[in-house]
Amino acid sequence: MSIIHEKSPKHCAEKQTTKILNKSKKKLLFYSLMFFLSILCLILLLRFILHPSNPHFSLTQVDINHLNITSPSPFLNSSIHLTLLSTNPNKRTGIYYDGFLLHASYNSHVITPDTSIPPFFQDHQQPNLLSASLLGNHHHVDPSLAAGKLPLGFTATGSLSLIAKTLAMAQGVGMFTVPQTIGSVLCCRCGILMQPNAANMCANCLRSEIDITEGLQKHVIIIFCPECNSFLQPPRTWIKAELESKELLTFCVKRLKNLNTVRMVHAEFIWTEPHSKRIKIKLKVQKEVLHGAILEQAYTVEYVVQDQLCESCARVQANPDQWVAAVQLRQHVPHRRTFFYLEQLILKHDAAKDAIRITQMDQGIDFFFGKRSHGVKFVEFVGKVAPTRSRTDKQLVSQDSKSNTYHYKYTFSVEISPICREDLICLPPKLSVSLGNLGPLVICTKVTNTIALLDPRTLRQCFLDAEQYWRSSFKALLSSRQLTEYMIIDMEEVRSEENVGGSRYVLADAHVARVSDLGKNDRHFIVRTHLGHLLSCGDYALGYDLYSANSNDFELDKYRGVIPDVILIKKSYEEKRQQRQRKSRSWKLKSLNMEVEDGTRGREHEEKMNTEYEHFLRDLEENPDLRFNLSLYRNKEYEPSMASVADGDDVPSVPLEELLADLDLADEESEEDEMVE
Amino acid sequence: MATRLQYENNCEIGVFSKLTNAYCLVAIGGSENFYSTFEAELADVIPVVKTSIAGTRIIGRMCAGNKKGLLLPHNTTDQELQHLRNSLPDSVVVQRIEERLSALGNCISCNDHVALTHPDLDKETEELIADVLGVEVFRQTVAGNILVGSYCTFSNIGGLVHPHTSIEDLDELSTLLQVPLVAGTVNRGSDVIAAGLTVNDWTAFCGSDTTATELSVIESVFKLREAKPSALVDEMRKSLIDTYV
Repeated sequence: MSIIHEKSPKHCAEKQTTKILNKSKKKLLFYSLMFFLSILCLILLLRFILHPSNPHFSLTQVDINHLNITSPSPFLNSSIHLTLLSTNPNKRTGIYYDGFLLHASYNSHVITPDTSIPPFFQDHQQPNLLSASLLGNHHHVDPSLAAGKLPLGFTATGSLSLIAKTLAMAQGVGMFTVPQTIGSVLCCRCGILMQPNAANMCANCLRSEIDITEGLQKHVIIIFCPECNSFLQPPRTWIKAELESKELLTFCVKRLKNLNTVRMVHAEFIWTEPHSKRIKIKLKVQKEVLHGAILEQAYTVEYVVQDQLCESCARVQANPDQWVAAVQLRQHVPHRRTFFYLEQLILKHDAAKDAIRITQMDQGIDFFFGKRSHGVKFVEFVGKVAPTRSRTDKQLVSQDSKSNTYHYKYTFSVEISPICREDLICLPPKLSVSLGNLGPLVICTKVTNTIALLDPRTLRQCFLDAEQYWRSSFKALLSSRQLTEYMIIDMEEVRSEENVGGSRYVLADAHVARVSDLGKNDRHFIVRTHLGHLLSCGDYALGYDLYSANSNDFELDKYRGVIPDVILIKKSYEEKRQQRQRKSRSWKLKSLNMEVEDGTRGREHEEKMNTEYEHFLRDLEENPDLRFNLSLYRNKEYEPSMASVADGDDVPSVPLEELLADLDLADEESEEDEMVE
Repeated sequence: MATRLQYENNCEIGVFSKLTNAYCLVAIGGSENFYSTFEAELADVIPVVKTSIAGTRIIGRMCAGNKKGLLLPHNTTDQELQHLRNSLPDSVVVQRIEERLSALGNCISCNDHVALTHPDLDKETEELIADVLGVEVFRQTVAGNILVGSYCTFSNIGGLVHPHTSIEDLDELSTLLQVPLVAGTVNRGSDVIAAGLTVNDWTAFCGSDTTATELSVIESVFKLREAKPSALVDEMRKSLIDTYV
C-alpha cells in the first residue's frame, strides 16, 4: 500500500503562488547581477586597454620680473611669468584640461592670486606648453620672510578628463592612417589644373584628341510603309511603330552596325519635323581609351526615311476586294435559324476575325479571306459546330513559271445538313434498322457536329455524326414551321423520369386536343409523349399534326406500323406571351457585319426575317442549353415592367447571371468586363 | 634646359640612359643620334659612357647611382664592370651588388644626399647603398607603388613624382628628401616618371612626346631655367643696384 499524502487545495494554491514569486524574484536578481557584472567587465576592459595615466608636467621656464618686499609693513609684490610643459603619455587617450588655476606660494602662503588657464584638449602623446603670468600685489606676508632665498612653489588646481579617441579605438591595434587628399596636376596638353586621371589629360583635351565615334554609322536609310505605318527590317519583317516611340528607338538602334565596339549608355530622339522624312537620334557611348581612362561621348545619327509599300499593302492597293479563299456556307432549308445561331457562335469564338468580307446570300452566308489558311481554319471551325460536308476548289489567278510561283483563288463549299432541332424525321428503313430498330419517326433534339435523334415513344436516343448522315442523307418530314398548338386535357405518367443523353424526359400518355378544334368539334387524341416532365393539365404544347398532315414521303408511305396522330415537341408559351406584351428583353445579342444582297426582296422578306429572328430569340429564352455556347449581353435600355412581378407562371426568361456585361469603351463610365457565369 | 629626344623612336629616355652630376651612361643604339645628343650637352662637363648592363640596353633601369657611386646588379658581366670602372672618374665607386631585385633603377631612386628604396630590399643592400652612394636611405612607396625608382625622380634641387600622389604623401616625401616635389606627368600623360625623364642638377632629358606644359613643370621644379646665363646677370643686377636715383 502506498501512502497517499493529501493536501488541501488551499494549501497547494498557497504553495504554488509563493513558488511563482520566488521564481520571478530570482530571475530579476539574476539579470540585475549579470548587468552589473557586465558593466564592471567593460570598465575593467577599458582600463586595461587604454591604460590611462596622468599627464607629466615639467617646468620649462620661469621669468621673475618683479619680486620685492616693501617695508615697513611687509607687503610682497611679485610678477612672475611661468611656462609649463605637459605631456600626455597615453597612447590612445586624449586628455581634456578643464581650466586650471595657478598660483605661487611660499611656505604654503599664497602670494599671488589665482590665474586661470583656458581649457584645452591634448591629443595622445602630444606635448603642450602652458604659460601664465602671475601678478601679486601687496600681499601681506610674514615678517620673518625678510631676505635671503625664497623657495617658491607653484600649485595648479584643475580637473582633467580622459577621452579615448574613437578613431584609435575603432582601428584597434592597427595602423593609424592619414586621410588622403588627392592633389592636382596640370593637364599635359593645355596646362589647366585638374584632378589626376588615368590619361592625365583634362576631359576637353582627351575629347579633342580621341574621337571614339570614329567608324560608327552616322547616316542610315530606313524604309517605311505609309499605309500601315511600319518600318522594314530586312529581309522581310515589317515592324509597326509610331514616331518617337520605344519600338522605333529599339528598331533604329538595331539598324546601326558596329555598335558593339563601344558601350551605349543612353539613346533618345531629337525632334524632327514629321514631314521632313528624317529621324535623329542622340546616342551616348563610352569607350576605354589610352591608359584605361573611359571616355564618354555623345553623337547624333540621322536616319533618312524612304517610303515603300509593304507587300500586303501593295496587294490591297492593287485590288481592294482581293480575296484568296472564299467559304460558302449553305443550308437548304427554308428558314435561317441555323445561321442566326451560327452567327452568334462565330461571334463568341471570333472565328471570322480574319474575314475580309462577309456576305449574306440566299440560303447561306459567304465568307472571304485573305489567306487560304484562314479559310481552312474557318471551315474546320464550322465542321466542329455543325454537321457539314465540304469540297474545295481552286482557280489559277496568276503564275510566274520562272520562279515557280502560282497564285490561286480557293473556294470552299460547305453544306450544312438540313436537319434542324425540333424536326420530325422519318428514318429510311435501312438506317432505322442499323440504329437498332429506332422507330421510323424520330425527333431531332439537338444538332451540334452530331445529330441527336430521339424516339418519342420509346425514349431512345441515338447520335449521327456528319459522315453517317451524309451517307444516308434523309430530309426532315416536318419542320418547326409546321407546328400546331395543342391543349393538354389530361396527362398520365407511364414511366418515371429518365435521363436520356443528358436531358430528362418522362414518358407519359397525354390526352390532347388541337386548339383550333377547341370549341368547334370534339376531336381529341391520346398520344404517347416524352414531355411528361414539362406538361400538365391545362398547358399548351406545340406538336406535329400527323393526323391531318399530307406528307409525300416514300418512307412514311412504306411504313407498315402505326403512325401516331400527334407528336408533341415542346411547351407553348404563346398565350402568356400575348398577355405579357413585353416589348424589350433584358438581354441582347451582337451581330456580324454582313453585307446583305437585297434589292429584289422587298418588305415581305424583311418581315419574314424579323419574325424568324424573334422566334430564334424565343428559342434562346426557352432553352438554356442552347444559350450555353453563346454570349448574351445585358441590355441597358431594359426596364423591368411592373406587370412582370404579378405574373404567377412566368414566361421563361434569361436569368441575370447568364448575361455578360458588355464592354463599353465610352468615355462616361467604364464597365467591368467580367464573366458573371 | 630640358632637351627632348628619342631612343630609336621610343620616348622612354630614362630606360636607356642614366644621368648623374658626375657622369652619364648611355645605351648602345643602332644610330648614334642618342649618344650625340647627350654628348652635345654634356661632353665638356662630365664623361658620357656608352655601355650595356647584363647584355641589355635598358641600363637606366638596371643600375642606380649618384656622383659618389654606381650600383650594378648581380648579372652585370665582368667586362661591363671593367669597362665602367675604366671609363668613370676615380671618385665614383662602382660596385656590383648581390640583390634578388636586380632592376636597381626601378627599386632605388636617389640624389647625392638621400635615396628612396623599394620596401622589400635586403638589409645588406640598404647598407651598401648608404655606403657606396653616401646617402641616407628611406624605404618608401610613391602613390601606393612600391617601385619608387620608376615613379619618382629627383635631383639635388627638386623632384617629380607620380601624378596620383596625395598631398599628404607629397608633404611627407618632401620632408624626407628635403627638396621641393611636384606631382606631374611626362611623355604626354605617362605616369612612369623615371622612365620618361632623366635629370641632374643643371640639365634634363625627356621623351619627345612630352608636351610643353609638362616641360614647363619639369623646368620649374628642377630649376633648369635659371641655369641660363642671363638669369645670373639679372640676379646680380638686383643686388648691385640699391636705389633708383
